[in-house]
Amino acid sequence: MISLQLLFPAVLNGLMAGAVYGLVALGLTLIYGVLHIINFAHGALLTAAMFAAFFAHRMLGLDPYVAAVALTPLFFVLGYGLQRFVIGPAAHGEDRNILLVTLGLAVVIENALLYAFRADTRTINLPYAFDVVEIGPAFIAVPRVIAFCAVMIVALVLWLIMRWTDTGKAIRAVAKEKLGAELSGIDVAHIYAVTFGLGTACLAIAACLLIPTYYVNPSAGNAFVLIAFTVVVLGGMGSVLGALIGGFFVGVVESLSSLYLGESLGQIGIFVMFILVLLLRPNGLFGERA
Amino acid sequence: MKGLVPFGVAIAVLAVVPLLTSSNVVLNFLVVALLIALVGQGWNLLGGYGGQYSFGHAAFFGTGAYVSAILQVRYGINAWLGFCIGIAAGAAVGAVIGALTFRSGLKGSYFALITLAFAEVLRIVASVAAITGAGVGTLIKLDLRPEAFQFQSRAPFYWIILALVGASLIIVRMIEDSRFGAYLIAVRENEDAAKALGVNTTVIKIGAMTISAAITAAGGGFYAQYFLFLDAGIAYGSWISIDALLAPIVGGLGTVYGPLLGALVIKTLGEATKLLTSDAPGLDLVIYGCILILVIAFAPRGIVGIFADLNRRLRAGKTDAPASLEQRHG
Repeated sequence: MISLQLLFPAVLNGLMAGAVYGLVALGLTLIYGVLHIINFAHGALLTAAMFAAFFAHRMLGLDPYVAAVALTPLFFVLGYGLQRFVIGPAAHGEDRNILLVTLGLAVVIENALLYAFRADTRTINLPYAFDVVEIGPAFIAVPRVIAFCAVMIVALVLWLIMRWTDTGKAIRAVAKEKLGAELSGIDVAHIYAVTFGLGTACLAIAACLLIPTYYVNPSAGNAFVLIAFTVVVLGGMGSVLGALIGGFFVGVVESLSSLYLGESLGQIGIFVMFILVLLLRPNGLFGERA
Repeated sequence: MKGLVPFGVAIAVLAVVPLLTSSNVVLNFLVVALLIALVGQGWNLLGGYGGQYSFGHAAFFGTGAYVSAILQVRYGINAWLGFCIGIAAGAAVGAVIGALTFRSGLKGSYFALITLAFAEVLRIVASVAAITGAGVGTLIKLDLRPEAFQFQSRAPFYWIILALVGASLIIVRMIEDSRFGAYLIAVRENEDAAKALGVNTTVIKIGAMTISAAITAAGGGFYAQYFLFLDAGIAYGSWISIDALLAPIVGGLGTVYGPLLGALVIKTLGEATKLLTSDAPGLDLVIYGCILILVIAFAPRGIVGIFADLNRRLRAGKTDAPASLEQRHG
């Protein structure tokens, strides 16, 4: 049995990592909740955002947290454009086609990055990357604490947008009853694109939170997106709160299983959990049964 | 069986290629294209006819490849026997994954996701397990005898993969004509309606997945013999899952010849890209991704669909002309 001295930091670190998983999953679940599709390009878009954050630091000397302010609207526009002008028109409204189009996008983005930047792994050095704060018996890296707080703020802002703005109301209307929303004058294609843009913007923020402590290479985003799929399935497709709680849960499970099983087997823990949840409770731990 | 003539012609034309050229580049290209056609035909049965889009056919390809290679390398079993056991193992993996997923009612995006997850689990296991050689990979010893499923030249390999593609074409054609095939298409078109008419859709889908996995595993076993090297990223990597679905989609989903046509087209484009860009990594896959999106956007029925449309238009043109003449005379 591993002592509390080891267990407590592992759980705390898992919670901090889980916050970013939750944010990536938030984008995924938002898109699923409204468009009812799984966006297979999510991982590739996260990688693209991480490269953007990396080069913002390398070329312009921008701190990742500052870069987030510029990258978030940029990726919103990118996501909006992708849905409005590529995915929407190409898929002819068929779910199977949307699946394949987003897969095609993932292949294109990931390999374009591979072509442009090769398979090299890149990291950035920040003066505060190794600073720690002491919480009880645990030492937690400062960037992780910042990430945790930032995710909480983003989730709150997103909730406020969905709850109180006209666009948010339109998004919820489309998610509930597409035809009805269309009949009452809501531009569904526009709302779809806005939702996709919001989901992609979440990735830009996640990338800026990850880059201080993580590396980037052309397949860096994939690791997160498979975790994000797990989180989304756990939390129930389309549930925002479920994505956050699922994120924390997966973060802690991953942290504990790599403590007990080692790094690469720790990864399997997530997949096994994912498969089990899909098989046993496809609507998520908090979702309603079909 | 209808359509036997074009089938015979296509296979006969392809079969004489090694007699016309001894160029290793040409043969190598065709072997790889036919391998993708075979794997794609496996995907086509489940995805094209059954409407169940798997994103993880690497699970079957890798199992076929690894089982056949490991039996030879570690247990000294004859390569041909190993190849057959590999196909059976791939079919078993297909049956198990199919039974688990279809019995829990997973379809659409969920099915795509869970097949992807199974392939990833197998990839991670293969990259750490000792029996697969973990990070080093599995190397099949060079033993250039036909009994060992290895040959001096590429021509015999070419004929074997052609025969496998031919066999897969016949199998899919026979399924198309059978009651099982009709049920499978009914599942794709409207699963609830099929169920209401008394079709046991779960059993049909599991059956399709098993045959699909066996065909794909044959491709994996052939890959092992042809390249004599495997590692986790090759055997269970996403590249093969993507090629497997790309070939039938580009060629024509749910058509017998779609995977073969699609594989030839995408491999030609892939090689052309490599030639033009001096083998830069990634660019051929960028082209594949673009093709996938463009085909879905503009030709959802693939190359076969384009030809069918052209054919119909030509015929319509022919019948239109006399009709208008008659009108004028009348």
